[in-house]
Parts: sequence; C-alpha cells; structure tokens
Amino acid sequence: MSGRVVLITGVSRYLGGRLASLLQADSSVERVIGVDVVPPRQDVGRTEFVRADIRNPIIAKVIASAQVDTVVHMSVIATPFGAGGRTAMKEINVIGTMQLLAACQKAPSLQRLVVRSTTSVYGSSSRDPALFTEGMEPKAQFRSGYGKDSTEVEGYVRGLGRRRPDVDVTLLRFANFIGPRIDTPLTRYFSLPVVPRVLGFDPRIQFVHEDDGVEVLRRSVVENKRGTFNVAGSGVLLVSQAIRRAGRPAVQVPSPAVSVVGSLFRRAGLVDFSPEQMQFLEFGRGVDTTRLHEDFGYLPAYTTREAFDDFVVGRGLRRYIDPDRVAGLERSVLDSLERRRTAHA
Amino acid sequence: MPEARVIPLDGRDGPASEPRRARRAERCAAVDDTGDRCDAKAVAEGLCGDHLAARERAEAVAAAPDWERKLAGGLAFLRRRVTGDYPVDDFGFDPDLTDHVMMTGLRPIYEKYFRVEARGLENIPDVGGALVVANHSGTVPIDAMMTQLAIYDHHPAHRHLRMLGADLVFRSPVIAPMARKTGSTLACNEDAERLLSGGELAGVWPEGFKGVGKPFSERYKLQRFGRGGFVSAALRAGVPIIPCSIVGAEEIYPIIGNVKVLARLLGFPYVPVTPFFPLLGPLGLVPLPSKWIIEFGEPIATDSIGPGAADDPMLVFNLTDQVREVIQQTLYKLLLQRRSVFF
Repeated sequence: MSGRVVLITGVSRYLGGRLASLLQADSSVERVIGVDVVPPRQDVGRTEFVRADIRNPIIAKVIASAQVDTVVHMSVIATPFGAGGRTAMKEINVIGTMQLLAACQKAPSLQRLVVRSTTSVYGSSSRDPALFTEGMEPKAQFRSGYGKDSTEVEGYVRGLGRRRPDVDVTLLRFANFIGPRIDTPLTRYFSLPVVPRVLGFDPRIQFVHEDDGVEVLRRSVVENKRGTFNVAGSGVLLVSQAIRRAGRPAVQVPSPAVSVVGSLFRRAGLVDFSPEQMQFLEFGRGVDTTRLHEDFGYLPAYTTREAFDDFVVGRGLRRYIDPDRVAGLERSVLDSLERRRTAHA
Repeated sequence: MPEARVIPLDGRDGPASEPRRARRAERCAAVDDTGDRCDAKAVAEGLCGDHLAARERAEAVAAAPDWERKLAGGLAFLRRRVTGDYPVDDFGFDPDLTDHVMMTGLRPIYEKYFRVEARGLENIPDVGGALVVANHSGTVPIDAMMTQLAIYDHHPAHRHLRMLGADLVFRSPVIAPMARKTGSTLACNEDAERLLSGGELAGVWPEGFKGVGKPFSERYKLQRFGRGGFVSAALRAGVPIIPCSIVGAEEIYPIIGNVKVLARLLGFPYVPVTPFFPLLGPLGLVPLPSKWIIEFGEPIATDSIGPGAADDPMLVFNLTDQVREVIQQTLYKLLLQRRSVFF
C-alpha cells in the first residue's frame, strides 16, 4: 500500500504551514497538498500548493484527481479583520466548510477527516461550569462570531460523519494558541505596552502551545484518533496573573467602555477583538482535557503556564516589571535589615 | 532562581519549587514542599549553593525579631503577587491570596467580633472529599466565610472549604473574581462532582437566597433545601455529607422589611431593611456583634448507598430531608444552650 495523500486547507497560515512541513518529513505520507487563497509565505518544501478557494467547487476536482485519503480542515478563521469583514468571514467559514465537506462526501478515496475547531464553541458566560468536557453544550446562545461559525462547522462535520460512517472524523477543539511565533489576537493583546482588562472581572484562560497544537494535528493525521477532543495545556491562568507574568502594567476598563476601547484598538490595527472575545475577557473558559490524555494518548508538553512563559521569553517581550529586579529589591531590603542587626549585635 | 528565596515561615508558605531534571552523583539533600529532591550538585554540607544560601537566610530569619520575620514573609508575598508567581487551580482558587489576605482580614472578625466557637471539627476528615451542608442566614453571606475560616484555622489538617455559590455571585463584577480566588465555584452538578471526586472539601448552603434573605421573624427556621442537587453530587462522588449548624449569623442584620420594587429593578433577590439600614446610612452596615457557634455534626456516609442512587429521586429527597432535619434539630439544641444573643 502506498503512503497517505493529505490535503490541508489554510496551508498558508502559520499552523497549516507548520503541519505541512511536519507531514512532508513523515515517511508514511506520500503527498501533501496545501490549499489556500494566498500563496504560502514560508518555503513549503515538497508540499504541492494549490491556489484555490474552498468555496469554489474546484476543490472537489483536486480531491478526486489526487485520490486524497485524508483532509485536514483548518481554514476556519477567528477574526473578521483579515477576512475583510464579518460577512466575508462567515462565508469563508460556513460556506467554505459546506463546499469542502460536500466534496469530501463524494470522494470514495477519503478515509479520514481532521477538523480544527475551537473551545469557543462552549461560549463564555457566568453560568459556565469550571471546566467543560466534550459532551457539554454552551450555557448561553451565540449571536455571531467565531464561536457560532465553529458550532455550525461542527454541525456539518457531524453530518458528514453520519452520512459517511466509513470516514474517521477527528474534531479537535483547541484552546487559545500561544507561543513564540504564532500571531493571534491574544498574543497581540498580551504584547500591548499597557494591557486593558475588564474592571471587576478576572477570567480564567487556558492556552495550548503552538508545538503541542501542531503535534496533536500531526498525530490525528498519521494515527487513527476518531472522536472529539479538547486540546489545552493543563491548568489555567488568570488574566491578571498572565499580565503580571508578562511584566506589563494593566489598566482596568469599566465594561460599558470595553467595546469602545476594543473598536479603537481594532481601528488602530493593534488588536482585532470581536465582541465575543470581550465576553471572554469577562468570564473566561476552562476545558477538561482528560479525554486528550487518556483516549487520544497525548499529554501536552507545555502546561498553560509554561506555554505562556515560553511566549513571553520566546517573543522577547520586554518585561517592564522585571521579576529579577523585583526579587533583587526584596533581597536588598532583607540584606540591609540583616546588616543593621549584625551591626547592633 | 527566585524559588530559592522563598523562606517557609509557617510551613505552608510559598509555592512549591519546580523539580529539576539533571541528575548528579553528589546531589543536594534539600527537599522541596512537594517532596521532590533538589537535583543540583552539592557544594558544602550536602547542599547546593542555592539551598545553602537559603538555609543561611532561614537561620538568620529564625534569629531575627518577630516583626522582621513578618516583613520578610510580607515581602515574599508581595514579590509573588507582582510577578504573578502563584498557583491557581482549575476553578480559579488562589490559595496564596486566600491564606495571606482574606483569612488574615477575617480572623479578627472571627475571633474578636463574633467570638465564633467551632465544635465538632473532628467530624471533618483530614483527607478526601466531603460535603459540608449548612444553614444560611445573615442577609450578607458572612456565615460562609466564617465557616471557611473555622475549618482552615481550627481543623488539624487546615483544609480549605471550597464553597458552591449562586450564579448571581459569578455574574457580579468584583464579587465574581473574589469568590473564585477565595475558593468558590458555581453551584452546579459538574463543579460539585469535580471538587468532591477530586478529594476536596466542599461546602454548600442549599437554602440559598431564601435562607440568607429571610425576615428576622423566621430566624432559625430552615427554608426549602433547593432541589437536593447537593445530595446527588455527594452520592455520585461517594463522599460523606457533614451537616453544619450555624447559630448567631441570624442576628447580625435583622431583616424587618424588603424593598421588593427596588430589588426587581436592580435584579437582586432582595433589598433588605434592618433597624439600622438604611436609616443610619453606612453606619447601618456594621453588623451586630452576636456570639456565634458553628457545629459540625456527624458525617452521613453515602458510599454504601452507591452512585446509582443519585438517579433515584425518592432516595435523594429522603436523604435531603434527613440532612435538613439534623441541621434543624441541632439549631434548636444550640439555641437552648445559648445564654444570650450577644454573649
């Protein structure tokens, strides 16, 4: 039997590119086909790049002609900023997925479908349990945004799973990505010189390190990992704590003013924060990763805290409040006390 | 290494330092809070440079006067807060902040103001999950905080009581993050079971707002015990239920009226009127100095009943009633023993 033929959507973005380069180094993978609307920025090696929009039926021809057996769908986008507005974002996410899955259903060669989803599907509200397991539903209904798109995408993916029971479907719900290289709204948020947060709230947040994320994607492709899995580093950080670990001053913004500040930032091109992310900054979210550890068989190398620290160090963020200086200050106070005591003794 | 500077003063101070991976022939003999041995090479007296320095400092601190030791502890705490170097569990519980700020702040109120007498603490296990179920009263849920402090200060294992709170708590700004940091989480089955099966000591006040906001005329009369969700959570986790009766909290803010219109307008369960509030303004917010007794009763075992019983509504109702009855009878007993409200 010849090796696998893998098709990756969204290959020109950071995670897609990383996955493609990992897979092309894998001997069990014969061909890697990358699809995206823009050409990849980095060198993709032996990955074959196809410039196509998944909203276009041409994707079906690509899958059929290359006898693709594994499709990795990771072109669901989180923010309307890069896509050119919410309408375009929704079209890429929902219509794009429908078109891709329609093509998948018609492809007899298809054996495996891996979909990158997000823990945003659990929403963020005051009535949330501390940790969401894969079987739980969001406590509050979405009106729009990434969470809603992802919920719809997951619905279509489940539909395909029902109609093509021979296809192994892996649905990966990732927590917020972080790391030295990846660029997300949250990495930009924590890189701001002064970090605004919502007055009177201090949510729990979870991160998954970019290396762990890519490794989970790789294993889903080369091993059979059917099912739905939450992917996050162990533990949580509080937003206030994360800002302190990044050595940044925080400023608390009353929640009615948050959306104004958010849109100012958006217009300045600093951080692209959608209203649902504002909600996330009030209530946060935590997910249970027991299934990832036990059924999927992967223990992330970085905990949430370690992933965040790696981001701070790896990104070379200048810590305005430097932990070594703080510790040095503490030492010098204690030393001067000790000197005073020994002098008196 | 900032960890090396943490000088344990009272045995439960400071976060555990991370285990190091390198293994050497002559290793440092120091063992950290988690029981992991230091992996650095020993330089003198079987200790590595960091730990030798730490020991010297600890000795210096031991010789130092009390206020200097307190200052050193305070500085270490400040450093941890400023640099974000403290542990937070999955529920958002921050033991560093709870022990050093909240407990310290509440202790004078507990000891000097309400003169709380905690009884039956031996009924709380040293380890493993257990569910404390208590009566709720006092207009402002101070009784929960006092129960938490009673167990932390006076139980031999110094356990943290992890409280299950109403969703209004987690919707309110300022209160929500404080509640999470001091060990509370939302009173829902998922969280209750996660806490209990994780071996935590959880506390629940099943009367909720019906109990805490009831008029003074109904003092010490237990209200309905919710839907018995706490009983099914304990059954599923197979942990004992410890009934807890609190006497004294009813008298701190006697409710003689409730401004229902204002409550509905603000989205609060009640807006209390007491003899002093809002009549005396902010002065009316000072609670009356009643004398408190918190009694923990004998544990009611649930592990013999089996987890399947959680789906048997009749059994759950009966067990709920049993717990409620124990608390009510203990309240009557304690009220008879009490000489007066204030002494």
